[in-house]
Amino acid sequence: MPLVYCGACSHAPGITARAERADPARRAALEGAFHRMGEEIRATRPDALVVIAAEHFANFFMNNMPAFAIGMADSYEGPIEDEAFLKIRRTTVPGNKALSRKLIEKVMQTVDVAYAEEWKFDHGISVPLHFLTPKYDLPIIPANINCQGPPLAPLARAWAFGEALRTAADAVPERIALIGTGGISHWPATPDSGKINADWDQEFLRRWAANDRAALLSYSDAEIYRDGGQGGFEIRTFIAAAAAAKGAKGTVQFCEPLPIFAVSCTIARMQLAA
Amino acid sequence: MSLYQVQKLIYELNRDPRTRARYEAERDAVLAEYALSDEEKGALVKPDIGLLYVLGVNGQLLMHFAALHKIEWPDYLERMRQGLRDHGQVREGVYAATGYEGVP
Repeated sequence: MPLVYCGACSHAPGITARAERADPARRAALEGAFHRMGEEIRATRPDALVVIAAEHFANFFMNNMPAFAIGMADSYEGPIEDEAFLKIRRTTVPGNKALSRKLIEKVMQTVDVAYAEEWKFDHGISVPLHFLTPKYDLPIIPANINCQGPPLAPLARAWAFGEALRTAADAVPERIALIGTGGISHWPATPDSGKINADWDQEFLRRWAANDRAALLSYSDAEIYRDGGQGGFEIRTFIAAAAAAKGAKGTVQFCEPLPIFAVSCTIARMQLAA
Repeated sequence: MSLYQVQKLIYELNRDPRTRARYEAERDAVLAEYALSDEEKGALVKPDIGLLYVLGVNGQLLMHFAALHKIEWPDYLERMRQGLRDHGQVREGVYAATGYEGVP
């Protein structure tokens, strides 16, 4: 089936961990946008949700770092973080090993993706799922792009990964939804936490919504680091989602810089042809 | 310098409950399994969050190491700032404030 949903959202741990420190109205607006995104995903009646994430050393480390990975298990556990810290209860999230395998075999036609039969979710997946699928009743297929330990895959390869996921999703009979999750500019877990380059974020999202491949891929990592911080490397997840939209244009449904959450909190959707 | 080894230990502590239990029960034995300088070992044991930050430990590892030691978020941020005052700029890694060293 052609991909049924394609979108992108933030995953900053502060969104749940520091929720009580945020302005209540702004917090409610963000959580409402997240819940609406979940409803929109469910409205497309997906059999599985591919989450393109940028994990933070829950599974992959610099001893053996895959540029790209896809989970291949019937269940996953998460979040790995201390429950009291993240304020999300640790749980088992359903996967679909057979479907994962089919998708991985398709992706491998063009991208040398690693597969993982074990995968612990961290906030990069657990925060979005907390809002999007709070009952944990939709099988998740986690995918990862290394955005933490350089050398990082070039942006053009992140695009190729997204394209490969789209081709794979279209080729299986199941109805696949897909999201990318990441920050845009941010300086997470540093003394600069809370610094947000909102103008840079807006320009990136303009390029994303226009699905302007050349403009999305024109950033160098040096520029990203300078303007978007080390957290900015996570734009790879948004770029992969844009590629998976296969030329469709997008809508930024919510975007508000919330320093206590350390990012421009973003909810966006690509308008796939019905 | 063995930033990799410091980060590896923190990675294992963050994700593996058995390593955490061993670290509590026989910390020196666990530390001996990693090639650490005296400065690194001292920073881990104290724990000196500011020095670990300056040594270049990735914040995505360090914030959980701080949480493991029951250090609250505002205190965690302040300890890193104090580290910069005490020890100067971050020496290595992608959390250095001096610029990205990767592909231009």
